[in-house]
Amino acid sequence: MDFYLFVSIALFAIGAIGAMTRKNMIVLLMCIELMLNAVNLMLVTFSTFYGNGDAQIFVFFTMVVAAAEATVGLSIIIMAYRNLKSIDIDMYNQLKN
Amino acid sequence: MPLDLTLIIVLSLPLLGFAVNGIFGKMLSKKLVGSIATIAVFTSFILATTLFVRLDGTQIVKLFNIVDHDNFKINASFQIDALSVWMSLIITGIGSLIHLFSIGYMSNDEGYYKFFSYLNLFIFSMLILVLGSNYFVLFFGWEGVGLCSYLLISFHYNDKHKGVANSLAGRKAFIMNRIGDGGLLLGLFMLLGQFNSLEYLEIGQSLAANTHLGSGAMVFIALCLFIAATGKSAQIPLFTWLPDAMAGPTPVSALIHAATMVTAGIYLLVRSNFLFELAPSIKDLVLYIGLATTLLSAFIALRQNDIKKILAYSTVSQLGLMFVALGFGAYSVALFHVTTHAFFKALLFLGSGSVIHGMHEEQDIRKMGGLAKLMPITHFTFLIGTMAISGIPLFSGFFSKDEIMAQALHHNIWAYSILVVAVSLTAIYMFRLYFLTFHGNFRGGENLKSKVHESGLSMTLPLAILAILSVFGGILNLPGLFFKGSAHWFDNYLSQGTFGLEHIHNVHLDFNAAIQLMIFASTVALGILVWAYFVYFKKGNLAKSDLELSSWEKLSASKLYFDEAYNYLLVNPLIKLSDFTGKILDIKILRNGVYAIADGVLNTANLSRRWQSGFLSSYLFWMIFGLILFIAFYILKISI
Repeated sequence: MDFYLFVSIALFAIGAIGAMTRKNMIVLLMCIELMLNAVNLMLVTFSTFYGNGDAQIFVFFTMVVAAAEATVGLSIIIMAYRNLKSIDIDMYNQLKN
Repeated sequence: MPLDLTLIIVLSLPLLGFAVNGIFGKMLSKKLVGSIATIAVFTSFILATTLFVRLDGTQIVKLFNIVDHDNFKINASFQIDALSVWMSLIITGIGSLIHLFSIGYMSNDEGYYKFFSYLNLFIFSMLILVLGSNYFVLFFGWEGVGLCSYLLISFHYNDKHKGVANSLAGRKAFIMNRIGDGGLLLGLFMLLGQFNSLEYLEIGQSLAANTHLGSGAMVFIALCLFIAATGKSAQIPLFTWLPDAMAGPTPVSALIHAATMVTAGIYLLVRSNFLFELAPSIKDLVLYIGLATTLLSAFIALRQNDIKKILAYSTVSQLGLMFVALGFGAYSVALFHVTTHAFFKALLFLGSGSVIHGMHEEQDIRKMGGLAKLMPITHFTFLIGTMAISGIPLFSGFFSKDEIMAQALHHNIWAYSILVVAVSLTAIYMFRLYFLTFHGNFRGGENLKSKVHESGLSMTLPLAILAILSVFGGILNLPGLFFKGSAHWFDNYLSQGTFGLEHIHNVHLDFNAAIQLMIFASTVALGILVWAYFVYFKKGNLAKSDLELSSWEKLSASKLYFDEAYNYLLVNPLIKLSDFTGKILDIKILRNGVYAIADGVLNTANLSRRWQSGFLSSYLFWMIFGLILFIAFYILKISI
C-alpha cells in the first residue's frame, strides 16, 4: 500500500517538476501524461484498499480523456511548429506585449 | 380687437422683428432692416395707445401655465393696468423714436441688422418685464434686459482701438447686474415661501387681509428687491456700470437710459409698493441711497469731459431723485419723473449722438465748440433738453422735479437741502456741457471743422418730436395752483389704476408753500443759467486739461475714485483669490493629487505586470506554489 502511494507521489512530482522546467512541448505533454497516470495509480490503489470499484471506472474515464488530450495536444504542437518552426515553449509569448 | 389679443400683438411684434432681422437680416437691404424694426416697435406703440384708451381697471391675461405644483402655480400671464400700460407707452414710444434715429446713426455700420434685432429684443424684454402679472415673468424680462444691454454695450467688440474696452464695459454691466439679480432671486424665493404665489395681486391681497404679516420677512424681501433695483437702476453702490455702458453706440445709451433698463428698478419698486409700505426701514434706506447717489453723481458729472459720460452721470443723478421720491412713498411722483426724464434724456442722448455723428466719432467736449452754427437743429433741441433737465421753469423737468422737492420739503428738511444742492449741480454741469459744445470757437482743428455736418432727417425728426415732448411733458401732472380741475392728472391716473396705490396719497403743499417753492427753484435754475452764461460763454472758460485741475476738480474728474476703490476692495482680491484657486488649489493640489493617484496605480500595475512573464513554466510554478499553499493551509487548519 505505502509503496504504491510513494510511487504515485514520486511520479506526480517528477511530472510536475518536468512540466515546470522543461521547454520542449512534447516533453511537456509527456510530463502531463505522467501526472495523470500518477493520479490513476493512486485511484486504483485506494480502490483496491477499500474494495470499492467506483474509482477504477473513473480511471477509465481519465485514460480516455488523457488519450483525447494527447491527440489534441500533439496536433496543437504540429500547428505551432508550422508557425514558428520551433517547439520551444518560451518562444510562444507573443500575447505578452 | 379684444384686449388680450391686442396685448399679445403688442408683445409679439418686437419679438417678430427680432426674429426676422436676426434670421434674414443679412440678406435684406439696410433700409428694409431698419424699417422692419422701426415699424414693429411703432405698431406696438399704436396698439399700446389703444390699450391706454380702453383701459378699464386691472385685467389679467393668462397665456399658459409654467409651473404647476401642489402648493403653487406660476403662470405666464400679463397684467393690464395703469402702471404697466403707461410703462409700455414710454418703452414703445421712446423706443420707436430711438429706432428711427438709429437708422441714420448706424447707417455706416457693418452689423446693421444685428443691431436692430438686438434693439427689438431689448424692447421685447422690457415689455415682458413691465407687462407681466407676476414676479416670475418680471424676472424673465429682467434677465432679457440684462442680456440685451450686454450685447449692445459691447456691440463694437471687434473695434480696432476700443474693442477690448467695449467688451470689458459690457462685461462689467453684466456682472454688476448679476449682483442685483441675485437680490431679486432671493426676494422671489422668500415671496414664494411666504405667500405660495408670485402674482402681484394675490400677494397684495393676502397682505391686505393679514396686516400682521408685516414683519422681518417683509423687511428682508423689500431689501432684496431694493438690491435688485440698485443694480438695474444704477444706484450706489452698483452704479459704476452705467457710465461705462457709454461704450455702446449712442442710440443704445439713449435706450438704456431713457426708455428701458434703468427704469426697471423704479418700476419694480412702484409695483411692489405694498411690500415697501410694510417695511418703513427699507423705505428710509431707499431715501438715503437715493440722496447719496443723486448728490455724488451730480458732483462727478461736474468735471467729466466726455459728452456721453456727463449725460450718464446725470442719468444716475436723476435716478437718485426718483429713488428719493420712492423713499418718501410718492410712487406716482417718481413715475412722473421717469416719464419726463425719458423725454428729455432720450432727447439729450440722441442729440449727443447727432453731435458725435457729425463730429465723426469725437466725444471729447474740449474738442468741440461753436457747433450751434454748424448743427442748428441739433443745437436747438439740445438746448431744450438742457433746459428741461436743469429745471428751467415751465419745461417738463421743472414740474417733475418740483413734485419731488415738495415731497422732500414736507417730510425732511435735510433731504430737501441736499436735493437743492444736487439739482443746482445738475443745472451747472448741463449748462457747462451745452456752452462748451455749442458755443465759443471750434477747438477740433480746421480739418475736422470742414467735415462737421448736420444730421439727416431720420435723426433730426426724433429730436424734434422729443423736444416737443420735453417742453410740454409737464402738462401731464400740473401742480394744483395752476388749474384746480385738471391738475395732478397723472397722480390720479396712476393711483386709481394701480393696485396698492389707491390708498397712498401724495403730499400736496398748500398754496403759499407751493408757490414759494416754485419761485425759489426757478430763481436757482435761472440764476445758474445766467452764471453759466457768463462763466462758460462770455469768459470762454474752457474745459481744462487734466494737469490744471484743482484738488476738488481732480476728485470729480476721477469719479470720486469709485472704480479704484472697487478694484482695490473687490476686484483685485477676487482676482488674487482666483489666482490662488487656479494656480495653487487647482493645479498644485487637485491636479497633482489626481496625477499622484494615477501614477500610483500605474506604478503598481508596472510592478505586477512582470508577474505575467509569458513563460508557461513560470505560470505553472505559481499555480503549483498556490496549490501547495492551500494544502499547507488546510493541513495546518486540521492539525490545529
